Amino acid sequence: MTTPPAGIMNLKAAAARIRARLVQMSHEARAPHLGSALSCVDLLVAAYWGFLRFCPGNMDDDTRDRLILSKGHAAAALYATLAERGIIPSELLATYGRDGSSLPEQMSPGCVPGVEAATGSLGHGLPFGLGMALAGRIRGLPYRVCVVLSDGECNEGTVWEAAMFAAAQKLETLVAMVDRNGWQATGRSNDIMALDPLKEKWQAFGWHAVDVDGHDIGQLIAELCRVPAVQGKPTVLIARTVKGKGVSFMEDDNNWHYRIPNVQELAAARAELGQT
Amino acid sequence: MRDAFARELLRLAGLDDRIVMLSGDIGNRLFDDFKARFPSRFFNCGVAEANMMGTAAGMAASGLRPVVYTIVPFVTTRCLEQIRVDVCYHNVPVTIVGVGGGLSYAGLGATHHSCEDIGFLRLLPNMTVICPADAIETRLALAAALAHDGPVYIRLGKKGEPLVHAKDPEFRIGKAITVRPGDDVAIIGTGNLLPTALEAAKLLAGHKVSARVVSMHTVKPLDVDALAAAFASCALVVTVEEHSRIGGLGGAIAEWLADRGPQRARLVRIGTDDRFLHEGGDQDYARRQFGLDAQSIAQSVLSQYRAALGDGATS
Repeated sequence: MTTPPAGIMNLKAAAARIRARLVQMSHEARAPHLGSALSCVDLLVAAYWGFLRFCPGNMDDDTRDRLILSKGHAAAALYATLAERGIIPSELLATYGRDGSSLPEQMSPGCVPGVEAATGSLGHGLPFGLGMALAGRIRGLPYRVCVVLSDGECNEGTVWEAAMFAAAQKLETLVAMVDRNGWQATGRSNDIMALDPLKEKWQAFGWHAVDVDGHDIGQLIAELCRVPAVQGKPTVLIARTVKGKGVSFMEDDNNWHYRIPNVQELAAARAELGQT
Repeated sequence: MRDAFARELLRLAGLDDRIVMLSGDIGNRLFDDFKARFPSRFFNCGVAEANMMGTAAGMAASGLRPVVYTIVPFVTTRCLEQIRVDVCYHNVPVTIVGVGGGLSYAGLGATHHSCEDIGFLRLLPNMTVICPADAIETRLALAAALAHDGPVYIRLGKKGEPLVHAKDPEFRIGKAITVRPGDDVAIIGTGNLLPTALEAAKLLAGHKVSARVVSMHTVKPLDVDALAAAFASCALVVTVEEHSRIGGLGGAIAEWLADRGPQRARLVRIGTDDRFLHEGGDQDYARRQFGLDAQSIAQSVLSQYRAALGDGATS
């Protein structure tokens, strides 16, 4: 084992702060989907610190790279990441899910800077991101588009329609990350829809597909920075993750798809994440 | 209408490089000129309409003006979720063009009929719904749609329909066009059944009934001024459309009327029945099954008009 570089240590610390914040947001807003939010934090940190090119103060710039969180039920993870990255004010997170808040439990269009698409109904982000990437090509803008999907979301036919079309269009500026935590709302995602072999499915659909540890920020950044690793092919990272990652009593326990942490659980989770 | 659409799209694309064409594996040869002149802006999206609609929304959110085209049921109900979420919720300028409105493709069976699409689409917030009456309105509607900063649905017939207009009328979204003057009855039609409505008005003239014919090409938003004038000045207002009597133009006007309160004129809605058509046959046959030929429409209007006059005499 080599010691990770200091930069990665800082990102791990940022990810821990984001996770602690997510537990608190779920507790305060009585909002579900905490397990789903925790599982994709490292994907978002890798993208926002190590891959995407943007100016935090100008998220309307036509040339910016774009990220769509297609698993919209994990919106809190995006909000907390945007706050940690300095794109939206941290104080806004306290309003999450409240009446009249600009941070709904699932994103509305352009609700805050950095929200590129309203998601929540699964299977929308990849076609939408594909359109954005094609627009970049047509307009001669060199931006990349990153779409974060859940593995349960890969049940949706539109994911595979978009996969085929992106491959036909040789859309190498499009990159997908599948948060492969192995669970969907009410069961093991592999039992419900036979997703495996998932990497080979994407390959068969014409994508450059890579298996990665979805909690290894360094590896995620390295793979993202190889995009386009294969000329003329969109890239997908099949990111092996743990639902509820970071909080021992939530990890791989699908009850936390819907459960809300109580006061004791909040304190225990924050302590585990090094936030007191 | 179909060819007028393709020609006008080609012309407009030459003027505005934001215009992008997405086709759902249809229009064999129809877009050859477009493909030749603007190869980077033409996409055959395959038989995957939901992805096509989502892709168009993403393009529109990134500075383009996509036009999405295939047969009505496939560019509307097949991908209604994508129209609702990706296009309407994001309120992006996607122009959805459906060919084969109503019973245009009668012979292909009810999978290819579209007698519910106006209802589905006008229910969506931010959506504008336009049903051109002929090739001229098609051309004008497309230009208006592409200049509009929001979602628009344009419902076409097929090709070779008779012209309603002799020359270009003034065309504005939400502004009805009076095609024929008349004082006794107002026939308000939309889309590809308007030529039949005009024929019916001519038949009514033979019965000494003066029928105004209005092209309410925009079903959403309705031209409420034209409606108010028709309901105040005539004894009968009749809606005519190749669409279900539920949810379409007639349905929209019935909603408006319910909110507005009693008017001089009664409303009669003519459209398709609340059932699927199972038999084979061409568009004229299918129209006759629903009483949508000129004779049936004229007969229906005549009896309702006489009844309305009778009601008026006894009140």
